[in-house]
Amino acid sequence: MPDKQTDTLILGDVEFSSRLFTGTGKFSSRSLIPQMLEASGSQMITVALRRVDPSDRQDNILNYIPDTVTLLPNTSGARTAQEAVRIARIAREAGCGRFIKIEVITDMQYLLPDNHETLLATEILAKEGFVVLPYMMPDITVTKQLYDAGAAAVMPLGAPIGTNRGLEMKPMIEMIIQVSKIPVVVDAGIGRPSQAAEAMEMGADAVLVNTAIATSQDPILSGKAFGYAVKAGRMAYLSRMAEEKLKASASSPLTGFLRD
Amino acid sequence: MKISLNGKNTETQSRTLMDLVTGLITDQGLDLKSLVVEHNLKVVPSVAWEKALIQDGDTIELLSFVGGG
Repeated sequence: MPDKQTDTLILGDVEFSSRLFTGTGKFSSRSLIPQMLEASGSQMITVALRRVDPSDRQDNILNYIPDTVTLLPNTSGARTAQEAVRIARIAREAGCGRFIKIEVITDMQYLLPDNHETLLATEILAKEGFVVLPYMMPDITVTKQLYDAGAAAVMPLGAPIGTNRGLEMKPMIEMIIQVSKIPVVVDAGIGRPSQAAEAMEMGADAVLVNTAIATSQDPILSGKAFGYAVKAGRMAYLSRMAEEKLKASASSPLTGFLRD
Repeated sequence: MKISLNGKNTETQSRTLMDLVTGLITDQGLDLKSLVVEHNLKVVPSVAWEKALIQDGDTIELLSFVGGG
C-alpha cells in the first residue's frame, strides 16, 4: 500500500505528483496545450513524430510544452517492433529524453495494439536505457512478459483509441492491476472524468487521456475536470472504500422516540 | 544526384545536409528549429548539417514532432 502522505508515482527517475497523463493530439489550437496542462496539473504529455509536410507551416509543438512537463514521445505509425525502435531512437537523439510510449498498430480499423511486436520493441529499448511505457491489449501473460522485458509500466487500453467509451476492458484491467509488479496506466478510450475516476478507484496508478480533453468544447475546463477526477479516484482507492452489500444498513439510528 | 527524401526518389544538387535543408526552408517556409534530420538511418544534429555530405543513393528523412496521443 503506498504512503498516503507522499503519494507520488515514480517512473524512471522522475517523480510525478499528478497521475493524469495527457496528449497533444487533436487540439483545435496548440496554444490550448499549455493552458490545459496548467489547469489539469498533468506532468507528462505525449507527442508524435512525423515526416515533415511542406504544406504544414505550424511551428514546433515542443514550444508549447513547459520544461517542467515530461515528454512522452510515442511510436505511432510503427507497424513492427523495428519501426518502433527506430522512432524511439530518433526521438531520444532529437532531445526528447528517455521516455517512450510504444505503440505498434497493424489493425487500422480499431487501432488495437500488436502485443507481440510491442513486447519485442520493449525488450530492445529497455536494454538501451529507455523508460518504456508500452500501450497494450489487456493481457495477463503479456503484462508479466513486459515486466520481464524491462518495461517501466504497462498501459492497457480501456477502449479503442478515440472512442470515448470508457472502461470496456474493465475485468481484464482489474486482473492486470492485481498481478502487475509495475505501474498500470489505463490508456485510450477514457471519455469522461467519471471513467478516469473509476480506473483510479480500481487501483490503476495513472490514466492517459487525450481525445476526451482535446476534442471537448473547452479543453482547459475538461483538463481541470479530469485532474480532479483522477485525484478523487486515487484518494478513494487509498481510503480503502467500504464494500458493497445486498441489504441496507442504517446510517442513522432507527431506535427513535416516535413509537414505543 | 539521386536521393530518397522522405520516401520519395528525389533529384538534388545539394552538397550537404545544410544546403538541402536551407533550400527547403526558402522554398517551403519550414521551421528550422523543429526539424529532425535522419541521414542514412542516423540522426544528425543541426550543428553537424554543414559537414554532412550527401552522396548518391543516400536516404534522408526530414521529421518533426507533432500532436499525438
